[in-house]
Amino acid sequence: MWRVGLVFGAVACFLSLAGLVEALHARWVVDGVLSAGQVLVLAVFVASGWTAAERSGWTPAGRLGAGVGSGATTGFCVGLLVWLAAHVNLRTMFINASPALFALLSGGRPPGEAWVGAVLAGGALGLVGALGQVAPSGLIRPVLVGLGAAVGLGLFQDLILLILQPEGFAPVRDWLFVAGGGPTARGAAVLFVISAVLAAVHPALRARPTRVLRLSPRVRRVFWSLVGIALLAALPLAGGPFVAQVLVIVGLYTLMGLGLNLEVGLAGLLDLGFVAFFAIGAYTVGLLTSTGEHGIAHWSFWAAVPVAVLVSLIAGVILGIPVLGIRGDYLAIATLGFGEIVRLLVLSDALRPWLGGSQGVLAIPKPVLAGFELSGPQHLYYLTVVASAVVAYVAWRLQDSRLGRAWMAIREDEDVAEALGINLVSVKLLAYGLGAAFAGVGGAIFAVMVGSVFPHSFQLLISIQVLALIIVGGMGSIPGVIVGSVVLIGLPELLREFGEFRFLVYGAALVAMMLLRPEGLLPAAVQRRELHVLEEQAEPALVAGRDAAAEGGS
Amino acid sequence: MTEGVGSLAAGALRRPALRRLNFVDAFLWAFRLAVILVVVWGTVGTLRLGRYTGEQWVDFVVFGLAQGGIYALIALGYTMVYGILRMINFAHGEVFMSGAYTAYFAAAPLAASGFLNQHPILSLLLLMAVAAAVSTGVAVLVERVAYRPLRRAPRLVPLITAIGASFFLQYAFRGLYGSGFKAYPEFELFKGEWQVLGVGILRTQAVVLVGAAVLMSALYQFVMRTKVGKAMRAVSEDKDVAALMGIDVDRIIVLTFAIGGAAAGAAGVLYALVFKQVHFFMGFVPGIKAFTAAVLGGIGNIPGAMLGGLFLGVVESVGPALFLDGLGIVAPYQLKDVIAFTMLVMVLIFRPQGILGERLAAKRA
Repeated sequence: MWRVGLVFGAVACFLSLAGLVEALHARWVVDGVLSAGQVLVLAVFVASGWTAAERSGWTPAGRLGAGVGSGATTGFCVGLLVWLAAHVNLRTMFINASPALFALLSGGRPPGEAWVGAVLAGGALGLVGALGQVAPSGLIRPVLVGLGAAVGLGLFQDLILLILQPEGFAPVRDWLFVAGGGPTARGAAVLFVISAVLAAVHPALRARPTRVLRLSPRVRRVFWSLVGIALLAALPLAGGPFVAQVLVIVGLYTLMGLGLNLEVGLAGLLDLGFVAFFAIGAYTVGLLTSTGEHGIAHWSFWAAVPVAVLVSLIAGVILGIPVLGIRGDYLAIATLGFGEIVRLLVLSDALRPWLGGSQGVLAIPKPVLAGFELSGPQHLYYLTVVASAVVAYVAWRLQDSRLGRAWMAIREDEDVAEALGINLVSVKLLAYGLGAAFAGVGGAIFAVMVGSVFPHSFQLLISIQVLALIIVGGMGSIPGVIVGSVVLIGLPELLREFGEFRFLVYGAALVAMMLLRPEGLLPAAVQRRELHVLEEQAEPALVAGRDAAAEGGS
Repeated sequence: MTEGVGSLAAGALRRPALRRLNFVDAFLWAFRLAVILVVVWGTVGTLRLGRYTGEQWVDFVVFGLAQGGIYALIALGYTMVYGILRMINFAHGEVFMSGAYTAYFAAAPLAASGFLNQHPILSLLLLMAVAAAVSTGVAVLVERVAYRPLRRAPRLVPLITAIGASFFLQYAFRGLYGSGFKAYPEFELFKGEWQVLGVGILRTQAVVLVGAAVLMSALYQFVMRTKVGKAMRAVSEDKDVAALMGIDVDRIIVLTFAIGGAAAGAAGVLYALVFKQVHFFMGFVPGIKAFTAAVLGGIGNIPGAMLGGLFLGVVESVGPALFLDGLGIVAPYQLKDVIAFTMLVMVLIFRPQGILGERLAAKRA
């Protein structure tokens, strides 16, 4: 109980000192009452109580006690930080240890008083968390959903306000939001109630055997795809250029994710140099179409794209050949090495006459379609959606093909796959080549979107982001890739204040995902089944031989 | 720390399979030949040009050795963890960064109060102690959170958490300490040159070399002579049998991370002495290079890591001038890292067992 409290106390102090709390404090969840930063701190306290109660398998009363104790311990840590900040200048070390942060944490009270307050409040919040463990689960879900909806209203207020821009929505807008500020208390409360009730009713609805409309699965699928297409088509029109821009970026990451998914998700080849293929696609289009100094052909975008895809594919195969015999983590590092070599070469002065060095390739014209220039993000959005749809279709067909099954076989065990007659060389090279080609499509669109390509846009960071999104979405799953890029790329774009912390969250998400839900948010069916079988097998072994740990897997 | 015979046999068995792949072999040979050709052509070209004096070459080598010593210290962490867990601690570069970056906040007040220049040796030791302590803490924390729960998971899983942890640490320190470069205070004592055997050697580089050598030999003695070191070697040979002998495997693993972390932290201060600045992203490139050093020397092999580090440092320092200048390449120093990464890729492809060639885990590598 104390240890849980201390761990969460350390988490709360870290989040505060890392600047996340203060950054989110700028956004109201309920205007004038509660900020997102405060929600974050409260959530840590509640989680502290929740975890402590979960760990202590006593009576309900004991669990509640553990929650209170843990919450109070967390409060003690936060109080200690506030007290410390009042007596030592933490700011010489921690750049974000600003007076504003401590005013927020202490609620403006003097440090001694705030310390006591933090312990008491922590205890109370810990109790709330522990109640969550004790209360029936039928009650918890609606409350969580309701809270999520209310917090979401605050976090994504920019987007919601954009959608509510038209004059017709003015009453709703004024009712939900304070003019020029965050959500109103009544708006948040009503949203909480509505979504909680919906969440409570939802399982009951689903359980009813009879449906109002009896449709065949096929018709239903067509219906939902039509709805999906209509939504996809309408989104940028409703949201304007900003939303379209975000969606284009999501689309580009989806393209890369689909490519990396072939390599990592299906074939089990962890590639950390993946951004190199995105760069190759972008540079090919840049060089072929640019009207600037480095342009070599002045082609149109449409002529350049197939070449870009082909060049990426060949690059994928060429970089794939040397690493054919390498497996596992060595493969990850070797591909990382290749990715960095490509970036450093492009950046170097040695290749500047051809590739422009750090200045990059400029003046890439926008694509023109039947005399109509696809200029703004809203136009490029449709291009991205079409490209993503085509690539997703190809990926989907590949997945269940003979080749896709061969990939999965080498993912599971290369030696066995080879023994079964799978040609490792061609199958692996196809994974590298096709994955790279998908990324090349993304790179081509990226080049025209930005209008110029710089080596700086192709950092290792992008490879890691793409890896993170397919892992969060669910390895080997195409819907997972889309969900992953919406969650990891789209949402942070909408949360301005969050910008510089997104990578922090990616890192944490990778670790947390592997620990808690290794199959991802929307897993492929095979993966889900497998990982759960693995868990069942691993559990008794863990208990039996914890200390006599053998080398896993070998 | 030697690998069992089984994996060597497995490696031998895999050979015929690769033999069949003629075009792949041809490609790999072409790759080898191209690299050799570039190196030879460049070297001949440079030597014919005669642009550099003998003294400059000595400077390159000494700088390379100093840098290599730092790589070697970091590489120890990779190699010891690999020896025991057979996994690459991808976050080790960030462990290195955390120590160096935090020690800055000890160095700055020391320099401001004048203590740094009154007692330079004591201050240096103090800074190294601070850095080692922080890096140890971070390394142990990473092990506890990101690796220990996954000890029996499929191989890709701990690698992914390692990448996540590495990323998390980078941006955690960015959040805590800010994103700017911080200038490390300079030691008055270490400015200028010392004359050794008639050759002028930059004092910082001499200090770094000596520091790295002392730390490495201490660590080597620790692993070879003490009871804990013996236990570590036993665990790396066979965890199950070690456990049967009454060794607490979990404790030894934590100790391994701690010692590797301490070495990396101390290396961080030495690195800061040479480059005079710290930054949240500073761990990435040295981390990869130290990993290269570890693989070069034969991963899992402690003297190998030291040798690999020194070798990589020298090649990287001499390489741009020796190999690339002669090819008429503009600004060859920008391609310093390309040389290091090419070495990394080449060693992974052609000789994953490293220079000392002690282990080749075909199944694992």
